[in-house]
Amino acid sequence: MTDKEYWKANIRLLIILLSIWLMIWFGFGIVLSDFLDQFSIGGFKLGFWFAQQGSIYGFVILIFVYVFAMNRIEKKLKDNKEDKS
Amino acid sequence: MSAQALTYLFVGLSFMLYIGIAIWSRAESTNDFYVAGKGVNPVANGMATAADWMSASSFISMAGLISFLGKDGAVYLMGWTGGYVLLALLLAPYLRKFGQYTVPDFIGTRYYSKTARLVAVLCLIFISFTYVAGQMRGVGIVFSRFLEVEINIGVIIGMIVVFFYAVLGGMKGITYTQVAQYCVMIFAYLVPAIFISILITGNPIPQLGFGDTLVNSSTYLLDKLDQLSIDLGFNAYTQSTKSNIDIFCITAALMFGTAGLPHVIVRFFTVPKVSDARKSAGYALICIAILYTTAPAVAAFSRVNFIESIQEKNYLDSPDWFKNWENIGLIAWKDKNEDGLINYSAGKAFEEGRPDFLDSRGSQGEREIKNPSTKDNDNEVYIDQDIMVLANPEIAKLPAWVMALVAAGGLAAALSTAAGLLLVISSSISHDLLKKTFMPKINEKQELFYARCSAAIAIFIAGLFGIYPPGFVAQVVAFAFGLAASTIFPAIFLGIFFKRLNKEGAVFGMLGGLLFTSSYIIFFKFLSPELNNPENWLFGISPEGIGFLGMFVNFIIAVFVSALTAKPPIEVEQMVDKIRLP
Repeated sequence: MTDKEYWKANIRLLIILLSIWLMIWFGFGIVLSDFLDQFSIGGFKLGFWFAQQGSIYGFVILIFVYVFAMNRIEKKLKDNKEDKS
Repeated sequence: MSAQALTYLFVGLSFMLYIGIAIWSRAESTNDFYVAGKGVNPVANGMATAADWMSASSFISMAGLISFLGKDGAVYLMGWTGGYVLLALLLAPYLRKFGQYTVPDFIGTRYYSKTARLVAVLCLIFISFTYVAGQMRGVGIVFSRFLEVEINIGVIIGMIVVFFYAVLGGMKGITYTQVAQYCVMIFAYLVPAIFISILITGNPIPQLGFGDTLVNSSTYLLDKLDQLSIDLGFNAYTQSTKSNIDIFCITAALMFGTAGLPHVIVRFFTVPKVSDARKSAGYALICIAILYTTAPAVAAFSRVNFIESIQEKNYLDSPDWFKNWENIGLIAWKDKNEDGLINYSAGKAFEEGRPDFLDSRGSQGEREIKNPSTKDNDNEVYIDQDIMVLANPEIAKLPAWVMALVAAGGLAAALSTAAGLLLVISSSISHDLLKKTFMPKINEKQELFYARCSAAIAIFIAGLFGIYPPGFVAQVVAFAFGLAASTIFPAIFLGIFFKRLNKEGAVFGMLGGLLFTSSYIIFFKFLSPELNNPENWLFGISPEGIGFLGMFVNFIIAVFVSALTAKPPIEVEQMVDKIRLP
């Protein structure tokens, strides 16, 4: 993997993860929230749960997905540089 | 042991711990003082970031705010956590790679311009002082309620403690005290929450208990809360009331603002590697999420407990906490229908918001107030929402040591944030203003000396804010986030992702964002507060959410001005290429 490909892979990952990020809070937490309220888990209406609990769990998961994905991409870049030298 | 003796013990022990850590981790060089020698373990940095970020308002005020806002309180929960995703993905790793000491350092170097650096310093100092004022008020409230010392003495004690570890230890001292403060604070937050969750729902995990059924009943807690709220004339607790566009903008402004707060960003300069910066943001968010997912549970529990323990009770038999907080002036009761019972319902109990207490007592022994009663509702109770977390253990009748713990936790939250803020203020003065702009000839030892002096002065000013609190603290918090979102975040983000951006674009972009956001907020919050309602807002966006729009104003001006002016020099482009690689 070259430096350029590394940056491209990084940007692609960012676009995917940030779209999920937007979906979590703006989608489930705000716009679809009232609609989701008709379903419930335990005593929580689903939309309310997303707004006050689920979105936060989602953010944590997103960051760790990013950490693992970036480590993999970084490793590819490093291996490639070692091959050349 | 009495509750007060226990509180002295807990607070005293925690302060000794912080000072001990400060002496053990003294800073020896500017590298230690500004970025803790870049040797902080990512987990420790995550905990320190969480303590740095979660302030007196997260610990003391947030659950109270949510308990009165219901579902709409989610803007704070999502806004103040979602920003970490932006920080981890868009800023932290690149800034760590850049490897300098401060946020204005990055902006000044990337845009090869002293003007850009100075504009950044200006925004940073404004944002940070706004924030510090709030922390000192938190310290004052905790001291006056739990230790019954004068607020001023409380603030001075707080200043001395912060002075010790911030001036001696710099970032290194602050980091390790923040780790300790995180432990104190999270323990103090969870213990009462778990107790109350068991008492109300029988479930020991507040995050789940909050969606569980009440003890000895098949009704869900939230259904009961909805019913109680409707009966008293409020909206159902789980229903949102604000418009979607406004909720969206407020949440977004808080997120981008969080990602642009200098004292949070600078924490990611302290880890050893780029990959550690990413990991560290994840650990920080886990540490924060533990408190932030507990807060809405605490909000719901305390709301139910609050209503049930006072509604239609005779004032003479009302619980002690009700009278204690009344004596401090954060609760007020006016017997409008003269039946001797406390009647709580929706609406303002009396005109002009805050109670204006007289020195006299009424027929039931309540404190009399000057404000005229409102005629359009039957509510008789004024309650300052800041007290919900602090009063919660008392309302639920938990043992005295839990209350002592909460006091120590509140102080840990306020002091850790205050120290982080004071550090970014002092380093931007000694490093960016003196070393990099006005006194480039000073050597490292002198720079360290100036850093310590400016930390001391900043603590002194922050203390003054605590003793003479400016009346506008609540209004200016929107300001801090709005400015961070519309100036610092875009400048750093574009600096990394848009190579073509030159100094003219960055400077005009920051100034444009600053001007747009601050004039909107000043107009609605200070000049014409009577016009501050949805009909007059631009696209229905409240002043709290305008920072998000300000960010786009910044983007547009920056890109447009850059397109019309010369490309940035080749060295800068090379620098950007370098920070993009791990």
